Amino acid sequence: MAAWNFIASLTRDAHTPGRRLLVSATGRAASPVASTHRPAGPGRSVEFRRLEINEQPTNDSVVVRFAGDSGDGVQLMGTQFAASTAAAGSDFATFPDYPAEIRAPAGTTFGVSAYQINLGAGPITTAGDAPQVLVAFNPAALKVSLPLVAPNALIVLNTDTFTPRNLSKAGYAEDPRNTGILDGYQVVQIEITRLTAEAVKAFGLSKSDAGRSKNFWALGVLLWMFGRDLESVERWVKQRFAKQETVREANLGALHAGHAYGETAELSAAVPRYQVSPGTFPAGEYRGIRGSEALALGLAAAAELADRSLMFCSYPITPASPLLHRLARLGELGVGVFQAEDEIAAICAALGASYAGAIGVTSSSGPGIALKTEAIGLAINTELPLVIVDSQRGGPSTGLPTKTEQSDLYQAVYGRNADAPVPVLAARSPSDCFDAAIEAVRIAVRHMTPVILLTDGYLANAAEPWKLPDMGKYLPIEANAIPIKEADEDGESVAFRRDARTLGRPWVAPGTPELMHRIGGLEKDIRTGHISYDAENHEQMTQMRAAKVRAVADFIPDQQVTIGPQRGSLAVVGWGSTYGSLYHAVRSMSGHSVSHIHIRHLAPFPNNLGELLGGFERVLVPEMNMGQLSTLLRDKLGLDPIPLTKVAGQPFLVSELQAAIQRELALTDHQSSDASLRRDAV
Amino acid sequence: MNAPEKTNAKDFASSEEVRWCPGCGDYAILKAVTQVLAKVGARRENTVFVSGIGCASRFPYYLETYGFHTIHGRAPAIASGVKLTRPELDVWVVTGDGDGLSIGGNHLLHALRRNIDLNILLFNNEIYGLTKGQYSPTSRLGTRSPSSPGGSFDQPVSPGLFALGSGARFIARGIDTDKSGLGGVLEAAHGFKGASFVEIFQNCIVYNDNVFGAFTDKANAADAQVRVEHGKPLLFGKNGAKGLHLNTATLALEIIDAQARPEAVLVHDETNPVMAQLLLAMQPPQLPVALGVIYRNPAPSYDEAFIANHVTQLKRTKSVADALRDTDTWRVN
Repeated sequence: MAAWNFIASLTRDAHTPGRRLLVSATGRAASPVASTHRPAGPGRSVEFRRLEINEQPTNDSVVVRFAGDSGDGVQLMGTQFAASTAAAGSDFATFPDYPAEIRAPAGTTFGVSAYQINLGAGPITTAGDAPQVLVAFNPAALKVSLPLVAPNALIVLNTDTFTPRNLSKAGYAEDPRNTGILDGYQVVQIEITRLTAEAVKAFGLSKSDAGRSKNFWALGVLLWMFGRDLESVERWVKQRFAKQETVREANLGALHAGHAYGETAELSAAVPRYQVSPGTFPAGEYRGIRGSEALALGLAAAAELADRSLMFCSYPITPASPLLHRLARLGELGVGVFQAEDEIAAICAALGASYAGAIGVTSSSGPGIALKTEAIGLAINTELPLVIVDSQRGGPSTGLPTKTEQSDLYQAVYGRNADAPVPVLAARSPSDCFDAAIEAVRIAVRHMTPVILLTDGYLANAAEPWKLPDMGKYLPIEANAIPIKEADEDGESVAFRRDARTLGRPWVAPGTPELMHRIGGLEKDIRTGHISYDAENHEQMTQMRAAKVRAVADFIPDQQVTIGPQRGSLAVVGWGSTYGSLYHAVRSMSGHSVSHIHIRHLAPFPNNLGELLGGFERVLVPEMNMGQLSTLLRDKLGLDPIPLTKVAGQPFLVSELQAAIQRELALTDHQSSDASLRRDAV
Repeated sequence: MNAPEKTNAKDFASSEEVRWCPGCGDYAILKAVTQVLAKVGARRENTVFVSGIGCASRFPYYLETYGFHTIHGRAPAIASGVKLTRPELDVWVVTGDGDGLSIGGNHLLHALRRNIDLNILLFNNEIYGLTKGQYSPTSRLGTRSPSSPGGSFDQPVSPGLFALGSGARFIARGIDTDKSGLGGVLEAAHGFKGASFVEIFQNCIVYNDNVFGAFTDKANAADAQVRVEHGKPLLFGKNGAKGLHLNTATLALEIIDAQARPEAVLVHDETNPVMAQLLLAMQPPQLPVALGVIYRNPAPSYDEAFIANHVTQLKRTKSVADALRDTDTWRVN
């Protein structure tokens, strides 16, 4: 068996011309090529060599992208491929990239839905810059994905869709298979639609219905390529379509047919097979997890730790809705889900639930958070716990509903009328959403304050393996104790007697005898809780609200350096979902004085953050916005960071970060020729 | 815990100083509410008043119960969160014509159509009081106000018809100073399982004084008010001399001589939504204003359905540690 071993490594080599691997339309491979080879592509090289028959190839990591029409079932195919990867024990990270339209006009470039997965021995921290395998279901998918793929990538095309009409819809004046733009790639052309129809003929489906199984057919081929068995996917299909016999059998038939097709002599000769090493994970029990799932479980876990019910009140919005869907299925964990009539009602109902003693949580994306703003102010003023999850997306206004961005940081930290501070934190990876959710609830209850938890479209949908946490290691979430009321107190309500350290007040819910009191949006007397328009009291209350949020910093861990020296030339500072890319980029720079610092707590910052960042000559802040964390670092810590911004609706590529880091390192080297300034350089 | 508490109206008054204008109709409503709470044996700690913004919405501060003065128009949403979390609580919403029908119209609509068990009191004074007298969504055409110096040309909404159209199952009306009529309506609202909507005609002595005089003034009351009672003929006027009759040709109500044609007087059926619509639409001087329980047609309430349809009736029957493993897992040794 001919097989190709890809070892993609990033180097600083200049472009070198590529070489086309010829694969005939029937899938028969041209004769093998030279033993080593440097194809085209900016700043990277790919080496490969021919393996002898039966030699077991091993890949450190492979990036695979599926792309097709939004009705092609690409997301489902990707999710199942990820599940199979998990079952095979490899590390992975995924990036679903789909359009805002549910079924955009077929064949158009704006209707292309894609799913990218990076899999390997690990640690895998990003979905990968450049796919080495692309499955394109139509010309539009090829058109959109081709600029992304790695040199010499394997491109599987569904040739049935390469009709003049589809080519024109994709904006191809000529068939790209004939223009030479696919030179330098291994192109495998398969009549996926026709072969799928053939495979499911026995089930008596209409022509259009038969075509629907083509994602499973293609998945069968991919699973063969990666040496996987079909078991996990079969099990899923049987469960998912338990009540739809024809669909179930057709999908299973297509899956098997695709897998069998891989084993035919033609394809075996043409297509490389990948053997991805299992991950090198610490011992423990693992599962695959998406950000929205981890977030849902984390919120439920927080409620369990607080021994209260979770009341989740939300209104559908992209990309926050997966959290609503997830929680709606977690009823057994004592989770109540209320789909409100609008964003404002959602946060108000959540606040009502908090007032009544539950863990009240609401969730939205940027435009919805804007609508919730007034109610966040009410939660601040009434000193009630509340968690607001913001799954950020591109904006302003409706913006890019399905594309990721980190541009709500200003809104979270500064975006309210009056002096209205709230704690803000961000999750950094799909599995980290679990701990971030628990932390958000813990802060809300301890300090009796609304808390904003930032995630984004990328985190909500991306997936990775996750070592299951030991629930016994989490401390309970305890509300402030209700003080005993003394007989001679003059009008002071114990409901407003705040803890000296947290400034959180006791959580006195309706139903508690003897402690009836009134709360509201009007300023209240700092002691009695009665309405007060007194100037001095308002000053005190405003100071108290600010001090309360500052006090959060006394309860959170010091900022750590993720990787690299504690002091030195360059700190790469990020927050949220850029964690994986930043980590990967900085790790690849070993030998240079560069450190990765990732901030979870954005308001207030950890107490040591200023000192820590002060130990670096330069601070580079990559963000998927116009420099919002940079502003915050300037504002709160008086630093002068260097923003690196990207607002393309897509995560950072590792290569983009590496280039920026190298640029900054060159400047530090240049500027700090004085050896004393480089004392900590490694 | 829910056993009736022996209290009198004064036990429901909080220590907060009442800050409505002297002569405001809200004082009378406050008194009626405290009397009803004492009468029904409400436990103070299990009673929650939630309000929005406006003169009416100051109400919770003056009651020795749990109270939440929220933001403009959103009281039904916050109250819904309270009720879903703690269904055993007796939750009241106090709102006004601006709060409930203008900025908060959406939430009122949804609370009513869901039939969530809230007692919703809408104080209708047909004006924005707290912002100094602008016309409101219930102001009549031609209302002169700071924002409509030439008279308003905004078509008003009828609170009762809005409620009916929203799917409310309990709609009643009372007048602020009509102690017995209002008390009866409040008691009925409290007793209704589901969203009970009560429109209270409330006089704003400063910005819209006597706007309801055409039917609330003593001189006009008998001829301009009909107090509806389920199963009883719709009589009004001095000694019940007048009756309401349904003209089946025009499908409209008309006034007839009740003594001359007693058999032709319509009998009130509070479960009939068509009759409710006719009664709610009546306006003086052509027809009297309907007061009392106009529509009461019970249906399952949302808060009951919320629990009944929940897989575990909101109880925690499974640990997160187990839920984490509700999928394929693998072990690395």
